[in-house]
Amino acid sequence: MSDVFQSNIPLWAVSISLLATLGILVSGRKPNLREFWTLLAGLIKFGLVLSLLPSVRAGKIAECVLLQVSPGIGLSLRADEFGVFFALIASGLWIFTSIYSIGYMRSNQELKQTRYFASFAVALSATLGVAFAGNLLTFVIFYEMLTLATYPLVIHKETGEALRAGRQYLAYSLTAGVLLLAGTAWIYNTAGTIEFQPGGILGGVEAAPNAIRCLFFVFVAGVGVKAGIMPLHSWLPNAMVAPTPVSALLHAVAVVKSGVFGVVRVVGFVFGPEVMAEHGLNLILAVLAGATVLFSSLIALQQDSLKRRLAYSTIGHLSYTVMGAALLTPEGLTGGIYHISTHAVMKITLFFCAGAIYVHTHKQNVSELDGIGRAMPWTIGAFTLGSLGLVGIPPINGFFSKWFLCLGSLQAGWPMVLALFILSGLLNAAYLLPVVYRGFFRKSEEFEKFDEAPPLMVVPLCTTAALALVLGLFPNLFFDFFELASGISEMILAS
Amino acid sequence: MDSIHAHYPYWVVLTLLVIGLWGMLLKGNLMKKVVGMTIFQSAIILFFILSAYKVGGTVPIYDEALGVGDPSLYINPLPHTLMLTAIVVGVAIVGEALALLIVIYRTYGTLEEPVLVERMK
Amino acid sequence: MNPPHLVILIPLIFFAGALLIPLLERWRHGCAYGVAVASAAVGALVTVAGLVEVSSGGTLRYQVSGWAPPIGIELVLDPLSAFLSVMLASVALLVLVHSGSVVRRELPGKAMPLYSTALLLVGALLGITITGDLFNLYVFLEISSLASYALLALGDRKAPVSAFRYLILGTVGASFYLLGLGFVFMTTGSLNMADLKLILSNLESSPPLLVGLVLITTGVGLKMALFPMHGWLPDAYTYASSTATALIAPIGTKIAAYVLIRIFFFVLDPGFASGEIPLTTAIGYLGAAGILWGSILAIAQTDLKRMLAYSSVGQIGYIALGIGLASPMGFIGAILHMVNHAVMKGCLFLVSANFLSRLGHADIRRFNDSTRVHMPWTAAGFTMAALSMIGLPPFAGFFSKWYLILGSVEESNWVFVAVILISSLLSAVYFFRLIERIYLRSPGRDSKYPDEAGGAAAPDGGREEVSASMLAPTLILASALLVLGLLNVWIVNRLIQPMIPAGL
Repeated sequence: MSDVFQSNIPLWAVSISLLATLGILVSGRKPNLREFWTLLAGLIKFGLVLSLLPSVRAGKIAECVLLQVSPGIGLSLRADEFGVFFALIASGLWIFTSIYSIGYMRSNQELKQTRYFASFAVALSATLGVAFAGNLLTFVIFYEMLTLATYPLVIHKETGEALRAGRQYLAYSLTAGVLLLAGTAWIYNTAGTIEFQPGGILGGVEAAPNAIRCLFFVFVAGVGVKAGIMPLHSWLPNAMVAPTPVSALLHAVAVVKSGVFGVVRVVGFVFGPEVMAEHGLNLILAVLAGATVLFSSLIALQQDSLKRRLAYSTIGHLSYTVMGAALLTPEGLTGGIYHISTHAVMKITLFFCAGAIYVHTHKQNVSELDGIGRAMPWTIGAFTLGSLGLVGIPPINGFFSKWFLCLGSLQAGWPMVLALFILSGLLNAAYLLPVVYRGFFRKSEEFEKFDEAPPLMVVPLCTTAALALVLGLFPNLFFDFFELASGISEMILAS
Repeated sequence: MDSIHAHYPYWVVLTLLVIGLWGMLLKGNLMKKVVGMTIFQSAIILFFILSAYKVGGTVPIYDEALGVGDPSLYINPLPHTLMLTAIVVGVAIVGEALALLIVIYRTYGTLEEPVLVERMK
Repeated sequence: MNPPHLVILIPLIFFAGALLIPLLERWRHGCAYGVAVASAAVGALVTVAGLVEVSSGGTLRYQVSGWAPPIGIELVLDPLSAFLSVMLASVALLVLVHSGSVVRRELPGKAMPLYSTALLLVGALLGITITGDLFNLYVFLEISSLASYALLALGDRKAPVSAFRYLILGTVGASFYLLGLGFVFMTTGSLNMADLKLILSNLESSPPLLVGLVLITTGVGLKMALFPMHGWLPDAYTYASSTATALIAPIGTKIAAYVLIRIFFFVLDPGFASGEIPLTTAIGYLGAAGILWGSILAIAQTDLKRMLAYSSVGQIGYIALGIGLASPMGFIGAILHMVNHAVMKGCLFLVSANFLSRLGHADIRRFNDSTRVHMPWTAAGFTMAALSMIGLPPFAGFFSKWYLILGSVEESNWVFVAVILISSLLSAVYFFRLIERIYLRSPGRDSKYPDEAGGAAAPDGGREEVSASMLAPTLILASALLVLGLLNVWIVNRLIQPMIPAGL
């Protein structure tokens, strides 16, 4: 198995943005200093996570035991392949989002920026805690902290709508949190341990089939809220009332990806492929994921608000990963895990574009975007790249994750799923490409006086779009995302 | 019938307990509640004293002149001492209760519970 | 100092302070506050010294006046007592420090009786914690009750009435305890706890013993505000002065729970109270009912203090649930929750006192974000305590709930698990409602109270946070929640594990 060595790097990676939060709170009056703390923390965090990459590729896992409560229960951080994979995505994209946020906040002259940046920093801390959680209890604790830290971001605008969305978010997430807590206690009672292990900890444990099924439902409900599995998804479109950088990072990358990360952890590291298959749990998960993919794409078609359309698209794509976990075949699982990274990069681009459009022209609806491509070519160009990737057109990275998911569904002997993915691709095209079409190929006088959005926003979104393209051409460039994804899948299925 | 006859002191205690409780909880006048409380506490004190008693026993004083040299005839002094403490506690409570009643009367002018509830609104 | 004397000093310092205050007040008016704080500070230090001593050296036993047990009264400082006495004394110290301005404003001219009775109360509660004799416990219980009746009567116009009602019910409770004690004494012939343990382990259970135990439980349950004997609590807490409530709420009911723990797990064989007669199970289920009842009713309240009072009924239920589990996890959960809740509720009642002092009211409907603008630190303290009450990590409240959930799952008691989870969500409702108001609701939105933007007029028109003597204890308690949360593992392993009785 892999080598485990003690290291404080996971702890530093998690806490560096907490330290930055103090800096942010203190420098509230000096925006430039305050933003400096965010960027500094982001760079250091990313650097720390990156430093763990070589060791993880060599099969070594950095562990940092925080507290030992009693044998078998403790709080520990463990940077295994999956954790580093997710942490890289979250911390890397945070840097882009921070730059973008600065541009967005300043152009829109938003209030309460200190609270915004401080909450962001804490939220990223919690996200990395989720990524590096070594056992279920640590996972649950950071998961709850994530909910808390993102609440001020959701209600940022403080309008009635924002407060309602915040309340719904809290209601869903806190309920999920307590379910997870109960599930963790139950697992500890059944299996005697709550440590994540590739291949699951429930294999070979004496337990009634009904108990296992019930336990699975508890966990799916627990992680399913953040993962946007229908019918637990409705908080997500309503949370679009938050400022766009929040929607971009948190609701396309950190929060929802924590949810699907949790799903894969539960499927692969708690229940394990054998237990899943034995009790037909992966079938249940596949049905839920499939329904989500289908219905979310259909609902997305009907949304005029660009952000809500993107929200439903996110819900669908999250279930791509869930489906990958449900397939439990090498290609399928690899595809699902890899999709976490590809979708993150593509979706964040799309959200960045939506935000740039809103800040610059105050337009939120797709029907109002005729001819905007002339005024904001870079923005809509990036949007095009992202959309094509989501549809699954090579050579953008979205194609590859989709390809593997399709292969995986054939491997599993579920051709229906393959059909679903193809259908979903078509639906994606149906709700995303019209934006491109309207932007570039329709004329309108609305946007003649506008030019491109401020550079602080355009540069990040172009960079992420380019990243989607580059990572599609060279999947293992810089960060070995694809290698990591297939390694993780192997690790889970090997046992 | 036999058990009632043999243990009649305990039945008296029980009756006093019930009277006291009834007074404390169901009577509408605050002063009567205090009276009930006193009865209740007295019942408990009696109960302890009863437990100490021996038929044909005598006071636990070691004195030949009283004609007792056999300790097994002494009634148990320990519950008595415990009850001395309990009586003192009871006195303190009654005193405090009465002080509270004085304050209530001064503020609201009544000690009848229904009237009091009205005036408190 | 000879270590055993430490034990008697713990309550004695407080009693000495209580007696000194009226005398010193005569000599020099206005010194009551100082003497009270000084006594509390010294007392807290002594309890800490006691904890250190016990953790390293083991249980300390002290024979009052040199009479050997089981005839003489014995005071015992074992890990459980030492731990709880530290908690008691520290929270009391912080509340007393805080009380200076509160007393000046809410109870002018009554500083002397308030401080004197407050010290009596704390001293008596400490006495309950360290006594090793069941009748001595009754005496201390009544001293603490008398002190609390007096303390609760010092308040607004309605306070004496609610204090009187509490007096009646409290006396019923204490008398039931005495009656039950009588049955136990008659069956076993001893009142000393250690002695009783030996005697009872050899004794067959008999009707008088069972009746006695039930009576004791009922009596103590009444003091503890165990459902359904909680009726006195909401009124008493609401109408009393802020200091009285802040003193009694965090620690009074906890010590009653301690009495149950002591009797069921240390004097009796742990298996007896759960196996032979389902007494602890009954307590557990009553606790669960109390949790739900308290949480649901708290949501309906418009007055902050009343909401906190109903919340307290719920929180006592958690401790009762932990007792009901009768397992090591349940025990840990109950003890941890005692400490956590003492700190949380202490902080929350201090916060409500702060609000009362600056805004002139504690009406939830009138809170809005001007509250936070004017009193940012108090609002921050409130938020931390609220998050801890809901049970969100990394605050202390999460960890005690975790142990209780773990314990319930271990015993396969799914009802308890469900109750704990549902109540966490219910408390999220009533606390987040307040947090939302304080941070997010703009003053103009409430048509009934349109001009709350000002609050009490301040001379400089700006921030009007409360004074340092009120703010510091609030924030110390709030940050203690974070510290207790982060350190909970150390606390459990180092301090609580040694207290778990054998056979649990």
